[in-house]
Amino acid sequence: MKLNVPTLASLKEQGQKPDVVFWVGCAGSFDDRAKKITKAFVKILNHTNTSFAVLGTEESCTGDPAKRAGNEFLFQMQALQNIETLNRYDVTKIVTTCPHCFNTLKNEYPELGGKYEVLHHTQFLKTLIKEGKLKVEGGTYKGKRITFHDPCYLGRANSVFEAPRDLIQKLDAELVEMKSCRAKGLCCGAGGAQMFKDAETGEKEINVERTAEAIETKAEIIAAACPFCTTMMTDGIKHHKQEERVKVMDVAELIANAKDL
Amino acid sequence: MSYLPNFIFLILIIVGGGIFLRNILRIKRNINLGKAVDRSDKTALRWKQMLRIALGQSKMGSKPIAAILHLIVYVGFIIINIELLEIILDGLLGTHRLFAPYLGNLYHILIGTFEILALLVIVAVVVFWIRRNGIRIKRFWKAEMKGWPKLDADLILYFEVVLMMLFLSMNATDYLLQQQESHYIQAGSFPVSKFLRPLFEGFSFNSLLLLERSFWWAHITGILVFLNYLYYSKHLHILLAFPNTFFAKLVPNGKFEVDEHIKKEVLMMLYPDRVVSETSSAVPSKFGASDVFDLNWTQLMNAYSCTECGRCTEACPANRTGKKLSPRKIMMDTRDRLTEVGENLNKNKGVFQNDEKQLLHDYISAEELWACTSCNACVEVCPIAIDPLSIIMDMRQYLVMEQSAAPQLLNSMMSNIENNGAPWPFSNQDRLQWANEQLN
Repeated sequence: MKLNVPTLASLKEQGQKPDVVFWVGCAGSFDDRAKKITKAFVKILNHTNTSFAVLGTEESCTGDPAKRAGNEFLFQMQALQNIETLNRYDVTKIVTTCPHCFNTLKNEYPELGGKYEVLHHTQFLKTLIKEGKLKVEGGTYKGKRITFHDPCYLGRANSVFEAPRDLIQKLDAELVEMKSCRAKGLCCGAGGAQMFKDAETGEKEINVERTAEAIETKAEIIAAACPFCTTMMTDGIKHHKQEERVKVMDVAELIANAKDL
Repeated sequence: MSYLPNFIFLILIIVGGGIFLRNILRIKRNINLGKAVDRSDKTALRWKQMLRIALGQSKMGSKPIAAILHLIVYVGFIIINIELLEIILDGLLGTHRLFAPYLGNLYHILIGTFEILALLVIVAVVVFWIRRNGIRIKRFWKAEMKGWPKLDADLILYFEVVLMMLFLSMNATDYLLQQQESHYIQAGSFPVSKFLRPLFEGFSFNSLLLLERSFWWAHITGILVFLNYLYYSKHLHILLAFPNTFFAKLVPNGKFEVDEHIKKEVLMMLYPDRVVSETSSAVPSKFGASDVFDLNWTQLMNAYSCTECGRCTEACPANRTGKKLSPRKIMMDTRDRLTEVGENLNKNKGVFQNDEKQLLHDYISAEELWACTSCNACVEVCPIAIDPLSIIMDMRQYLVMEQSAAPQLLNSMMSNIENNGAPWPFSNQDRLQWANEQLN
């Protein structure tokens, strides 16, 4: 099976316009682990015959890591160029699998002239279910203990707490919460451009602290909703030598697997 | 001669109130050293936010024990202050229990309620003290709490116990006076202070009168001293929590400010042909913040409002894992530097004399700033909507845009974004490669 991934440019050539643009993000495009999330999400988009397109080579970093690192200039350069591209295609609706892209596109682009309806993929998937386009049953995950790690830029930053949890419930799984969850969720350690630098000296790494909480729940799966969280949590689990017992997966992967896509 | 006490009281109120007013004006002046930021929008929503968070204490509930204790002290102090109105009028008019004849039975109920609240406040304050000094809850013993912050926290508790004890002792002696002399105003019910009576039994009428007057004067003087102590204390939050929540940002936590000056520059650079309609305002003298002057006034008000409870630091992932960063310290440092600047202004007739110091490096180190994950845990957990993260981000901006002093790996990340539109060194031409790769 091959994925069907139209680009905005190719659709425009045919005089078409997609309902929604899938903003893949840098991690989703280049990082080997994150690419699996991207593919899982596209499988669901293809399965539900969703009219979508990606920007492909016309996509560029939203500027989030530059902004959080303190380089407002570089952030705005990126943002204004992306907005130029998006507006050229008259984009109105964007879905993304990265909460950092989600936050930046949704909250920080409007003032720079980029006004779109922006959804995180967990919100989008929930809509697909609600509209009856996607049917999810437990399958492989029925009765499994799953804990959800709230990405900071999805949860605390934008108050999206329920959409990913609702999706996990749809899998007939047993959703268990970590000691710090929802608005009090503990960061994985990657935000604020930390992903791209070494941590300052301390007693331990943040992802080690966070995965200890996850292991405490005795969950078999840590569900994530952010490519950076996925990486950090996977590394944390490895640190605790629990990789045989605990898997870290994006909610989109869980759904794609449950549906055997 | 008989008006002497009234006169002394008037002087006391004028001096106490006057110094307080001067202090408030100084705080206001210092806050206004911050840069302008418009928070005059959505007034209705702001009132709601203030009523919910400050008056309603909606964010305290996450720590139920502390929330209940805090509520007792808060309600106790507000309600007992009704009594303060009578005390002030009595002092000025030379009367005693002025309201008693007008309120009748209600007066008994009120005084009885005040006494019960006073007892509850004492109990709560004792528990607070035990939590700090007996159980030694971790957030009260972090590095930044050494010295004055620790003493300040304890002093506030002692103040509160002493004030409540004076109030109760005053009532206990007053009751005994009422018993001894039938022409002495008979008023009030004393469910709590009656237990203090044995301490004063057997005293003559005159000794009791002297004691009662001493407690009365010590109580009102204590309140005025406490009021003026606020200026030096973290306890300012009892006043500033209200404006602080009113002017707090209303947008999602994740939305950071987009710099308008930079926007103009970038627009001109990218699209020189497009006319920028607005008249270009002066280019800022620096990007980001290295001192309190570069922060905006709400950030400075945040610093004065912080009561150093440490919930932010407890929630901070960097601090939890032993890094130097403590959001509470960011707020304390900002206030300390602002106080220093304020004193500089006081000494130099309102003109700041360069003291070769700044917030960055002299107070807050780059190491602290770079440890932040911008996760918003500190912002979310603050009971009065303080935003330490915005200060961290502004200072990072100064480090990067003014000093190019980012950690080396972040410089690589940024040059990658600049050169190939991704934080990693991949060619943008390969962005869609995943679509053609083998599935799983």
